[in-house]
Amino acid sequence: MEKEHESLKYLFKQEFSKMVAVISKLFGLQHIEIAEDIVSETFLLASETWGVKGLPPNPAAWLYTVAKQKAIHHFRRNKIFDKKVLPEIVARQELVDDAEALSFSQENIKDSQLQMLFAICNPSIASEAQIGLALRILCGFGIDEIAEAFLSNKETINKRLFRAKEKLREEKIRMELPPENEIPQRLDNVLHIIYLLFSEGYYSQTQNQILQQDLCLEALRLGLMLTAYDKTNRPKTNALIALMCFHASRFNARQAGEGEVVLYEAQNEALWDQALINQGIYFLQLSAEGNEISSYHLEARIAYWHCVKEDTPEKWEEILQLYNALLMINYSPSVALNRTFALYKANGQQEALAEAEKLKLENNHFYYVLLGELYKNIDNDKAKASFHRAWQLAKTDTEKQGIQVQINRLTDEHTH
Amino acid sequence: MKEFLLLFRQSEYAYREYSAEDFQSLMKKWQDWTGGIAAQGKLVSNGRRLSTEGKVLKAGGVITDGPFVEIRERLGGFLVVQADTLEEATTLAHGCPVLDSQGCVEVREIVS
Repeated sequence: MEKEHESLKYLFKQEFSKMVAVISKLFGLQHIEIAEDIVSETFLLASETWGVKGLPPNPAAWLYTVAKQKAIHHFRRNKIFDKKVLPEIVARQELVDDAEALSFSQENIKDSQLQMLFAICNPSIASEAQIGLALRILCGFGIDEIAEAFLSNKETINKRLFRAKEKLREEKIRMELPPENEIPQRLDNVLHIIYLLFSEGYYSQTQNQILQQDLCLEALRLGLMLTAYDKTNRPKTNALIALMCFHASRFNARQAGEGEVVLYEAQNEALWDQALINQGIYFLQLSAEGNEISSYHLEARIAYWHCVKEDTPEKWEEILQLYNALLMINYSPSVALNRTFALYKANGQQEALAEAEKLKLENNHFYYVLLGELYKNIDNDKAKASFHRAWQLAKTDTEKQGIQVQINRLTDEHTH
Repeated sequence: MKEFLLLFRQSEYAYREYSAEDFQSLMKKWQDWTGGIAAQGKLVSNGRRLSTEGKVLKAGGVITDGPFVEIRERLGGFLVVQADTLEEATTLAHGCPVLDSQGCVEVREIVS
């Protein structure tokens, strides 16, 4: 019995986005809700029928058959169609014929999903709602799960999704691949959204570890989807996948019960997922083709070096130079802080301290954590003052606890 | 003992918001409810289901593909149970998951 519950949940995660993509292709993206409803109704019927009778021999085929019947019925019976769809497109009979030809072949599923990926990652609908829509339509997350990932509520998420779908209509986004000459530029958008999805999972403030991991794995799956097509299987696509593999490899090591995040220095490398690291190395090698060095290339190589536990001068020198290069393409305060930490490891405390003082990121608690670290043994009073400032600025209790440990350690050293 | 048909009627409901977990727990409710009837030795048949396809024949030879009913409600599946009385059969219907989503269970004796 338990296995069957697992199966329906698994099947939903596996099939929802495929089915919505295939059906949306038929109905048009402006009616994406109809596709969502048909798929949800199909799963509703599956819950009931399988709950009473047990699972059919080929559950995915069962879902496709029922969804197809429902799509055909929808065309035949639904009154909205007469009012809204028919004036826009062709005659009713043709739609019924199209619905009857609706195919859930592996090839059609793959094509439809790729087209959906480009449609959702369209720059003209860019907004905070876009990530929500991607989570829903491309990854099959429920409204509650999306709300939890954003630390928001159902109503807000529903409103956002509604706005994003409005945008799809207003901008008349179609489910199709962009023309060949536009693919490189559009691919940048797609990769960026996948990167944001991954970050949403990796750095999410939700305490739900399973949800975080699901988000990351979904982002990875979307990335891998792009490698199946020559035009989207670019070096930067592979670099992004490598980056996600390396980060994901440390998932288990990062977590110490109760949702507490274990800092890199304290991680047990035995918990690093070696298979994912090897995958990362494979994609990193593929990403080296061609001349382009994207920020994903640099971040992937930095992440690779973090999968090497031994602290060697070469390691930190490499990481430092990668951060130097990354700052030139893509400045952000956190990259600047990480670069300074690498400088400390590569060139020593004094030099890093001098550089850190120039950053002046005065509202950033990580900045004061770094300063505290760099003042240690040089000026312990300033070190303590920095950690105190960091404690004041820290946003979560977990962070405050970690900083308190540092303060206590400095105090202990004073008294002994 | 007599046999009774339990027909599930499902009303329109916000299933669009359901997540994978929600569907999983909904299926568990159906399993547990059916299992409870079977545990009492009162389940006669769970082996069949209605196809989603169908026709409606109206007076004057008009055949349509539905809607089967005018309101937004659909006929779901059915179970055949055995019980001594209609009241007892209705008691078995308690706990049916359609009731959680404003649906209803119609209980009819199968008369031979």
